[in-house]
Amino acid sequence: MLELKKVCKTFFPNTPNERKALIDIDLKLEKGDFVTIIGGNGAGKSTLFNSIAGSFLIDSGNIILDGQNITFLKDYQRARSIGRLHQDPLKGTAPNMTIEENLAMAYLRGVKKGFSFGIGQKDRDYFRDRLAALGLGLEDRLKTKMGLLSGGQRQAVTLMMATIATPKLLLLDEHTAALDPATAEKVAELTQEIVAKDHITTMMITHNMQQSLTCGNRTIMMDEGRIILDIRGDERKKLTVPDLLKMFREHSQKEFDNDRMMLS
Amino acid sequence: MTLIALQGAVEQGFIYALMALGLFVSYRILNIADLTVDSSFTLGAAVSAVFASIGHPYFGLLLAICAGWVAGMCTAFLQTKLQIQPILAGILSMTALYSINLLIMGGKSTISLLKTETLFTLFSGDYAKLPGAIAFALLAGVFLVVFFRTQLGLCIRATGDNEDMVRSSSINTDLVKFIGLGLANALVALSGSLLAQYQSFADLSMGIGTVVIGLASLIIGEVIFGRPNIPRNVLSVILGSILYRVIISFVMARGLSPNYLKLLSALIVIIAISYPVVIQRYRFYQLKKEAARNA
Ligand SMILES: Nc1ncnc2c1ncn2[C@@H]1O[C@H](COP(=O)(O)OP(=O)(O)OP(=O)(O)O)[C@@H](O)[C@H]1O
Ligand SMILES: [Mg+2]
Repeated sequence: MLELKKVCKTFFPNTPNERKALIDIDLKLEKGDFVTIIGGNGAGKSTLFNSIAGSFLIDSGNIILDGQNITFLKDYQRARSIGRLHQDPLKGTAPNMTIEENLAMAYLRGVKKGFSFGIGQKDRDYFRDRLAALGLGLEDRLKTKMGLLSGGQRQAVTLMMATIATPKLLLLDEHTAALDPATAEKVAELTQEIVAKDHITTMMITHNMQQSLTCGNRTIMMDEGRIILDIRGDERKKLTVPDLLKMFREHSQKEFDNDRMMLS
Repeated sequence: MTLIALQGAVEQGFIYALMALGLFVSYRILNIADLTVDSSFTLGAAVSAVFASIGHPYFGLLLAICAGWVAGMCTAFLQTKLQIQPILAGILSMTALYSINLLIMGGKSTISLLKTETLFTLFSGDYAKLPGAIAFALLAGVFLVVFFRTQLGLCIRATGDNEDMVRSSSINTDLVKFIGLGLANALVALSGSLLAQYQSFADLSMGIGTVVIGLASLIIGEVIFGRPNIPRNVLSVILGSILYRVIISFVMARGLSPNYLKLLSALIVIIAISYPVVIQRYRFYQLKKEAARNA
């Protein structure tokens, strides 16, 4: 489904601040894969997502999504088939527009835009159904301004927006990290549900070691711009968090360091 | 203030309301302080005056709208494709347009329409000019209310609110800005073109300070009539524009020299934009004083 071939990205090349954020990344995801990604601060995880989503052009290499070479497509063109959530719950929604207007925007993904009316009764009913499925009581608040919702509610709605037109690939960048534990749990559950229901190919960066092993079917560990571990199948089933840390130490000759990391 | 002066103020208020609506689109909806406006106002006036003087006042209005639209798109081009900061992009368009306006006016700094037929000479009588002014303001208002409910309108509003979110909805925000700034400047140019025919002359410098006047009208309207939703906000802007004209003609009737008008407009905008900050600071010092007393 997704294939990265020798992807490289260097920030500030040929300056004293040069920073090789991605070095020769090769990665292949099958349809329906759910990959969790872990790694220390500055390992290049977010840069990997930015490269795939098209926030910037990569320096070299190729990115192929569902048979289409998307290396040179603009971010908004890729957004047609890639859904994305950021750590910051405020990033994914427009605060001064109502919930239904936000959903209507997301619903336009891949559909032709024009002068027809933004939100019809049929759309509204559909939004209400989908919101009800979140179990947050938002289905009765379609006309509420997005900015009035809590971070967790906004992130849940963003999740819904990213998946309302089923994407080929879903990128989740620590999307529960800024939420309180109970809300984070809820959003994580919702994520699993939606991904499983629509069989969405997913990559999820997480700061939760345990979650990196329990969620999905494959775990990738990054360090200094490289993928240093790629675990799946039976090997992954037996793995514990201490094992994972030990493997990291062996591969990178240092201790795992991430200020947001939860080791249990 | 005489009744005639009041009537004139209201008529002009309706005409300037189109310009204020244009600023509403760029400043409020798209969240861009677009300075092109100063020149696109004159652009509209120049185009309509030139065509009115050769006997085509209506065609002049239509062309003015198109010209304004193109001017707005030029600014959008500078902002998006060439990545020039929004304020500077507006200043550049404004400056470049000054020459173009002079060119359109055939190298003269004024065009008189006293002996020619205009939209406002259509009827005769005391209230001959009012219907035209009202009709255009209302039409533009209704158009905006309807437009902002379409998918395209929704995209423009969302782009001003959270551009990242719009791009991740697979919408080209550059294109949205082309349309939004085009629409904004088309409204401004229409306003200028109506004013030229209303006062029967166009003047190369008539657009100077338009941005500030527009913002003042916009903010006066919003402060007094509120902006809970788009329809109400549009209405507020129109009423604000009329109120602004009435205030201006009132202070002029009390003997203020027209020389101070720009200063007055700027002060209105400064006060209206900054008063929440000032109030907050005042409250802060109050709290501090109280805390010091209790300590
Ligand atoms: N837009 C950018 N401009 C310059 N440098 C950048 C940019 N984005 C990332 N970097 C650098 O690239 C490196 C990798 O950053 P990245 O954000 O991908 O790390 P990460 O793995 O997501 O870390 P974290 O766990 O802290 O989020 C860092 O050294 C960072 O400073
Ligand atoms: Mg990151």
